Amino acid sequence: MYDPTVARLTYRALLGRRRAAILFLLPGLLLIIAAAVRAINGADDQVAADLLGGFALATMVPLIGVIAGTGAIGPEIDDGSIVYLLSKPVKRPTIIITKLIVAIAVTMAFSAVPTLIAGFILNGNGQQVAVAYTVAALVASIAYSALFLLLGTISRHAVVIGLVYALVWEALFGSLIAGARTLSVQQWALALAEKVTGEGLISSDVALPTATVLLVVVTLGATWFAGHKLRTLTLAGEE
Amino acid sequence: MSTLHIDHVSRWFGNVVAVNDITMSIGPGVTGLLGPNGAGKSTLINMMGGFLDPSTGKVTLDGEPVWRNESVYRSIGVVPEREAMYDFLTGREFVVANAELQGLGAAEAQRALATVEMEYAQDRKIATYSKGMRQRVKMASALVHEPSVLLLDEPFNGMDPRQRMQLMELLRRMGAEGRTVLFSSHILEEVEQLASHIEVIVAGRHAASGDFRRIRRLMTDRPHRYLVRSSDDRELAAALIADPSTAGIEVDAVDGGLRIQAVDFGRFTELLPKVARERGIRLLTVSPSDESLESVFSYLVAA
Repeated sequence: MYDPTVARLTYRALLGRRRAAILFLLPGLLLIIAAAVRAINGADDQVAADLLGGFALATMVPLIGVIAGTGAIGPEIDDGSIVYLLSKPVKRPTIIITKLIVAIAVTMAFSAVPTLIAGFILNGNGQQVAVAYTVAALVASIAYSALFLLLGTISRHAVVIGLVYALVWEALFGSLIAGARTLSVQQWALALAEKVTGEGLISSDVALPTATVLLVVVTLGATWFAGHKLRTLTLAGEE
Repeated sequence: MSTLHIDHVSRWFGNVVAVNDITMSIGPGVTGLLGPNGAGKSTLINMMGGFLDPSTGKVTLDGEPVWRNESVYRSIGVVPEREAMYDFLTGREFVVANAELQGLGAAEAQRALATVEMEYAQDRKIATYSKGMRQRVKMASALVHEPSVLLLDEPFNGMDPRQRMQLMELLRRMGAEGRTVLFSSHILEEVEQLASHIEVIVAGRHAASGDFRRIRRLMTDRPHRYLVRSSDDRELAAALIADPSTAGIEVDAVDGGLRIQAVDFGRFTELLPKVARERGIRLLTVSPSDESLESVFSYLVAA
């Protein structure tokens, strides 16, 4: 179910492109802000939770998920170079699962790791805030990668749709309409973070069992569907 | 030895019929798929390669369906027309990756690179390659597992004459080894030089099939049309119609000039300048009005 050659090609495609700069930019920004806040404000659990929740989990994780998830397959389908993977005796679901693993690894490395470091800078992991948001970022990385990989497989406008979902749906509608929050990867991940810190600092609108079920269903469903789409992906000629 | 069977295959995109009820078998040796641009060659090759499902009909390789069947790629090698190919890799890295995906390794990749004579540039990034170099690395990636079937979509596009000769030599050799080699082209001369067998596709339909002599004859024996303008159109017309090489002449009153239909191509091309010189008529325009490949092909369809 995992092909090291497909993984190598995917890593190099993801980290070799110009948009990979955003992968370094956002975590860098988070760490700078964390250091500045700590220097000016001192350690404050609530501030730490607000920054990690508002910037790291709400903005950075989905953006990096969009870049890694769609970038793991979208450009190859767009320019047709995927034909070199498809014209091999490699099962299509293997290609999808390998690309998903790479996208998850990249999203985790560039979002969860900086979240943990930023948490320690902000308040030295007081009240487990750093660990809680790191767990949330890890879980969200998996779901976002699966969702955006599927988007990259089925649409040429995957990046735009991904950004709209991450920024408009999760951030804007999520803050206005309670129902939208139930269908939000961010809220599902927060349900886990809430479990880690206990009551008070972090709260999610979705109960933990519901969140867990939705995370699993979305991740598995998106992955299965992407594999299915790739099996029937047609490469039309240039005529 | 492998044979591709295309059995009553059609493919449409929305309302557009790209391939219309084609049946053919491609066996060992080199076969040229000839047709004008937009005739449906790429669509057909994509269906042969299992990258597109036929709307109706089926494509099989030695009895096995090619659509949704990854195992056929152990015996098929594909050289796509599109340029995109992991430009951030070196040529060697690219071919090695293709070998690994076939369950092979660096040794096979190196042999394939040697076959296409790309060892000298194998450690350069593909992004720096010329079109001909890209084409050869694509070939190496398709040859790495020594497939019994090789599908090439417009492989000579963008190649200089020397590279073209090399690739032709390579494909000829592969055909002689008993592999099934199919390549598409819209240039008759290319196909004629290389293919022992030709399949002609026009407007999605299977227009002709056979060896190149038969196809060549079909193409040159057709009536040729010319637009001729001269210092004295009517006198020229009278002189030309007296000769059996000319079947009909129309005086174009609106645009000026003669529309001539020649039935004996060779004789007519000698006759025209001779007649003009003898009678002191100056030829201002002599242009074949249906020499475009499309019209040659549409003649074939009607034939």
